[in-house]
Amino acid sequence: MSSDAMAIRNVEVGSLPLVETLHGWLTTVDHKRLGILYILSALLFLAIGGVEALIIRIQLMRSHNDFVSPEVFNRMFTMHGTTMIFFVAMPILFGFANYLVPLMIGARDMAFPRLNAFSFWLSFLGGLLLYFSFLGGSGLYGAGNAPDVGWWAYAPLGARAFSPGHSSDYWTFALLVSGFGSIGTAINIIATVLCMRCPGMKLSRMPLLVWLNLVMAGMVLIAITPLSAAQIMLVIDRYLGGHFFDTQAGGSAVLWMHFFWIFGHPEVYVLVIPAFAFLSEIIPVFSRKPIFGYPVMVAATVAIGLVSTSVWAHHMFTIGMNSYANSFFAITTMAVGVPTGIKIFNWIGTMWGGRIQFKVPMLFCIGFLFQFLIAGLTGIIQAAVPFDWQLSLSYFVVAHFHYVIVGGILFALFGAFYYWYPKMTGRMLSERLGKWHFWLFLIGFHLTFDVMHVPGLLGMPRRIYTYEPGRGWDTLNLIISIGAFIQAIAILVFVANLIISYFKGAKAGNDPWDAWTLEWSTSSPPPAYNFATVPVVASRRPLWDLKHPEDPDNQYE
Amino acid sequence: MRCTHKSIANVVVLTVALLLCSAASEAAHSPSTGLTNIFSPESTPAKSIFNLSMFVLAVTGIIFAVVFTLLVYSVVKFRGNPADAGREPAQVYGSTQIELAWTIIPILIVVVLFLATARVIHAVQDAPKPATAVEVTVIGHQFWWEYRYPRLGIVTANELHIPVSDPAHPTPTFLQLLSADTDHSFWIPQLAGKTDLIPNHPNRMWMDPQRTGLFLGQCAQYCGTQHAKMLLRVSVDTPEDFGAWVRAQQRPAIQDQKVAAGRRVFETTACINCHAVGGSAANGRFGPDLTHLMSRETIASGAAENTKENLRLWIQKPDAIKPGSLMPAMQLSDADLDALVNYLETLQ
Repeated sequence: MSSDAMAIRNVEVGSLPLVETLHGWLTTVDHKRLGILYILSALLFLAIGGVEALIIRIQLMRSHNDFVSPEVFNRMFTMHGTTMIFFVAMPILFGFANYLVPLMIGARDMAFPRLNAFSFWLSFLGGLLLYFSFLGGSGLYGAGNAPDVGWWAYAPLGARAFSPGHSSDYWTFALLVSGFGSIGTAINIIATVLCMRCPGMKLSRMPLLVWLNLVMAGMVLIAITPLSAAQIMLVIDRYLGGHFFDTQAGGSAVLWMHFFWIFGHPEVYVLVIPAFAFLSEIIPVFSRKPIFGYPVMVAATVAIGLVSTSVWAHHMFTIGMNSYANSFFAITTMAVGVPTGIKIFNWIGTMWGGRIQFKVPMLFCIGFLFQFLIAGLTGIIQAAVPFDWQLSLSYFVVAHFHYVIVGGILFALFGAFYYWYPKMTGRMLSERLGKWHFWLFLIGFHLTFDVMHVPGLLGMPRRIYTYEPGRGWDTLNLIISIGAFIQAIAILVFVANLIISYFKGAKAGNDPWDAWTLEWSTSSPPPAYNFATVPVVASRRPLWDLKHPEDPDNQYE
Repeated sequence: MRCTHKSIANVVVLTVALLLCSAASEAAHSPSTGLTNIFSPESTPAKSIFNLSMFVLAVTGIIFAVVFTLLVYSVVKFRGNPADAGREPAQVYGSTQIELAWTIIPILIVVVLFLATARVIHAVQDAPKPATAVEVTVIGHQFWWEYRYPRLGIVTANELHIPVSDPAHPTPTFLQLLSADTDHSFWIPQLAGKTDLIPNHPNRMWMDPQRTGLFLGQCAQYCGTQHAKMLLRVSVDTPEDFGAWVRAQQRPAIQDQKVAAGRRVFETTACINCHAVGGSAANGRFGPDLTHLMSRETIASGAAENTKENLRLWIQKPDAIKPGSLMPAMQLSDADLDALVNYLETLQ
């Protein structure tokens, strides 16, 4: 497509009245616009969830602090967890999948564009429902507003006896509704990857990002359905006289735990596999080498997907399972470390012998590698069941999974933002602000989450709104809170960068990173139809073949 | 510029690693903050866990050192050079031998870690109960602990007394864990790992503390509004002290005619709906048994010292000590309150 044609089109879009532009975004079925909507809604909820985290951290700055009441504190950590998992992490990753998968396989849209729009709006509605609880949750005099049952809502806390009013109903329906959205998106990604690939794009030639999102979508189908089932059972308990989880009438609290974690653990991989996907695209480009061991990376991902469906009860080592069950979940959990380790080694193998360019996307990916190494090892530590009897439910666990989610997934996401923002907007993000963002966030992250392991070792349980002085937890918690504010400042720098660069960033051109996958062959941002002519590929790196006709990849694959 | 960034990165990461290690070791050696430290075990289950944890930390520490070194080396060694601009490095696609190596070695490590883990799981979880064991039934309530010694006929709350266990003549304590409402978790880091108290799902755990003294902990499973102040205190006594404590707890409540007025307040208000006093009309079961209230050092599950002022405050305005607790504000007149507190203070 010529640049003249692009210019004309841009003028036309720019001259639309505001109402029509908004109407266009609201009714869009374009995978790129929906991807951006997913990302923007996730950023909105990220800001809200971040403020909740800061409230938690202010309250915990010192022992016996009374910044918020216990009721408010409990709502804050419930909303923080629920928001960050269901309305930030999942939508933002779905957003990138939506945007990138069709472009990377040379397709003009997702397989089911209207299902795509429906799924997004369901997810967004779920988030609105969750937050509407602040207004509509009471439902009963004296009952709280927002849910305060924790993001696992362990039975019987979610029963009407312990959670009167409607606060946990909003939580239930928010998860149900957004869960259906997630299932829709997962089906769409699977169908798109299996049916919409351009000529020559065999499964064995798909970019790793596409492969990993395919595995992720399969895991969403496995993970979300039991969660939705459990939510429906909870509603039956609360309103239709059921007793699935109602322990006062012979129901089982343990049953809820199994339902929740058979969702909850695959969910961790649903979130981290797309993060792996970003690394698998960004590290090769900035090392100037193809990914090391492509078939092994695919196999390792599928292996993670399979094994991760049999590790869920490692969240339940303290509930009194017998020693055989504990041993089983210990070995499956340790085993999942093997394919994960293989991935880290392959990324190192990709950098090995390369010419690494320390652009901001790559900085975040290198941060990921160091942090995910530690997060993985603290995961292995907790798979040693007796050790976990001490660590589980303590701040050590909180530090561990924030290491995964923030140090891993969020770092990879920031890398993805800096890498694909030029494609989405046509403008580069500022490298200077990006480096400020990276270093500030890195320092804040390590202050908060490195230190957070220690109060756990010193016996501090999670989810307490205050703690006793003299346990050696005060100074540590103060440092943790200071780190949280440094992270918040870094996020402000990031948002400023997103906004300023949108208007004033350098023009990106089609291929600012000299990359190799198909999305860089079209204009930035791509036209509604993505590709003027459907591309034909002969290898995993079609743009490498174009740029190096003397030494194309397909000779070696 | 590029080099500075990398050296800063290295310094940051190294500091982080050092901080983690030093914090853990500092925690292990600091007596003032060690009361809930998992690395200063004082009982067999906690010691087994400690030994396993040192092994696991050593293995993962070595893995960390190796991979960390590889990462730093590749980031430093293979950094791009402006002189290379436009030239691509050798394109390497993979290596089956190397992939096999870094698959098989981790599998072997996993096998070793698993075997070490399974051994300790079995040793701790499947330990037989000796005939000399002390049995206690622990019942978790929102937001306090009920302790029942079925063989000794004792019911008490919030402060657990158990005998020290001499390794030559072990007298371990076996806890049966129940819940009256939501999930809770019993966690005294120096004595044992935590085990949850789940309604309709009885659990058990055991410990054999080998020195006397006070051990602290708190509820570890989120159980509702006042999860944070559901504190645990375990007093490990010499056999003689434990015997004396048992005999004292087995006596019915002291009946002192001087505080009959306060007793009347207690028995004619809502107090007796929830609280019991042995040998009196009060036999409520929702709240802690008060038969020997004054033998306890704290009230409100460890949230406040057991003093006259705190008792008054707790009865009149429990939210001042523990907002969200299920103890109602009793709204007594000053005279009734004084009488009531005087009565409670006789419950030795």
